[in-house]
Amino acid sequence: MSTPSQTTTLIKPEVLYTGLFIVGLIAPFAIYPTFLMKLFCFALFACAFNLLLGFAGLLSFGHAAFLGTAGYVCGLMVRDVGVTPEVGILAGTVAAGLLGWLFGVLAIRRTGIYFAMITLALAQMVYFIVLQVKATGGEDGLQGVPRGHLFGVVDLSDNIAMYYLVYAVFSVGFFIIYRTIHSPFGQILKAIRENEPRAISLGYDVNRFKLTAFIISASLAGLAGATKTLIFQLASLSDVHWHTSGEVVLMTLLGGLGTILGPAVGSATIITLQNELADKVGSWVTVIMGVIFVVCVLAFRRGIVGEIQALIHRAGIR
Amino acid sequence: MSEFILETAGLTKEFKGFAAVSNVDLKVRRGHIHALIGPNGAGKTTVFNLLTKFLPPTRGSIIFDGQDITREAPAATARRGLVRSFQISATFPHLSVMENVRIGLQRKLGTEFHFWRSEKSLNVLNDRAMELLEAVDLTQFADTITAEMPYGRKRALEIATTLALEPTMMLLDEPTQGMGQEDISRVVELIRKVSANRTILMVEHNLSVVANLCDRITVLQRGSILAEGPYEEVSKNPQVLEAYVGSSDMNDAHH
Repeated sequence: MSTPSQTTTLIKPEVLYTGLFIVGLIAPFAIYPTFLMKLFCFALFACAFNLLLGFAGLLSFGHAAFLGTAGYVCGLMVRDVGVTPEVGILAGTVAAGLLGWLFGVLAIRRTGIYFAMITLALAQMVYFIVLQVKATGGEDGLQGVPRGHLFGVVDLSDNIAMYYLVYAVFSVGFFIIYRTIHSPFGQILKAIRENEPRAISLGYDVNRFKLTAFIISASLAGLAGATKTLIFQLASLSDVHWHTSGEVVLMTLLGGLGTILGPAVGSATIITLQNELADKVGSWVTVIMGVIFVVCVLAFRRGIVGEIQALIHRAGIR
Repeated sequence: MSEFILETAGLTKEFKGFAAVSNVDLKVRRGHIHALIGPNGAGKTTVFNLLTKFLPPTRGSIIFDGQDITREAPAATARRGLVRSFQISATFPHLSVMENVRIGLQRKLGTEFHFWRSEKSLNVLNDRAMELLEAVDLTQFADTITAEMPYGRKRALEIATTLALEPTMMLLDEPTQGMGQEDISRVVELIRKVSANRTILMVEHNLSVVANLCDRITVLQRGSILAEGPYEEVSKNPQVLEAYVGSSDMNDAHH
């Protein structure tokens, strides 16, 4: 049985994903690896966010808290406790998951704008704590985090080795999201997004589903954040700032809300633009992002991937 | 086993002092098709929301199948076998017709929280889903995205999805609303068919539907029960005739 809710594609998904996977394997020999690693972190972050907004219909405006908290926890574990990088990443991910559970329990009883505001308020508290606590380095962020040796063996100070770790982390995270969307759980999640009262009337405790989705999303955002700290050997305050929570909304909408590849494409576009423009136009980059956002929302609301899918779908019907 | 599957006692719902439903003692007999009728604003939908726990009552109690469900969560009541439909068609518009029915069937598998499992594991439900679609004459639409189906078909799909839960009792909120005559006859036949071995309580405006389908009728007016009994009896009740304003003939209430 095919999944008819998906648009008809000319390319089989397996072929597409295998192709993209191979591109990712050879990419660091053509493009600066550190840039690619940053890109993958934000792509995973946006995909995790999209799981919540695109497939559960929940707009979290505090996702930076999970990215940032995991980054700090990973950094502290690796630098001050001296654990190996994979343990640090795991610790950060678990911390973000627990924080996600806490946020979720408090926020899911409300919907829409109230839900968004509760997540924002909680995330601002996290920001404040990170800013005030001594251990996090305040405005300077948590500096001097060593990349260390993966499993105590592979030296990650080698950029190519680090790249493949990041690539593996991204691939695993992306697969978890893909699987979640195409799972029995994902089906119920979509049903709740489509018609919540109906899902309740069919006997589903919708809040438990939303909470589970929230925890998965927060954990994966944390996975991205923890990995990011290792790449830059720094957990930065901007990762917990609400600005980052807003940016992930932009990335997701630009790429295509509720599409699987959209958030990755959206974040790649934004990160590339920021990278290319930062030293040319300075702080005008914020204005350019704003214009892109407005154009995207007004002119092509499905986002890049969403519009492409719609085109293919129309071609397929003819 | 009591002869009444659903009983309410003194059921009351007040919104800021205004009693939308007051002191309703409703008794629905096992196996009946029972209609809830009344002019607009009589509180029919509020009664539905109370019975299915979408609203908490201000006072009163609800007994379903011998159990007090007054304080239960709505999803838990649904799992007991008291399942509702909605006034506007309640489907999952961007899922396929087959997937809609499978949402109803899926809970039985006990894998609804398994986010690590492939959705292909749901294919074991396809045969049962097809049977249900066949019962409502929708097999040819199985792969259609629900939003693209005509309205009458969506209502049929809604019934198929509800049937997937194998409910002991179905609550249908205006199942023929907004339909042409052809669709109405189709839905009436469908309701008659699915009423075997179960109880149905329905809100319905179309009195010819009520007359030829229902065993018993409760008339609500301004939140209270005005009359109750079989159609022939209720339709001759002068108070009921009065309630359908501007008319001494109940048939004028037809849409």
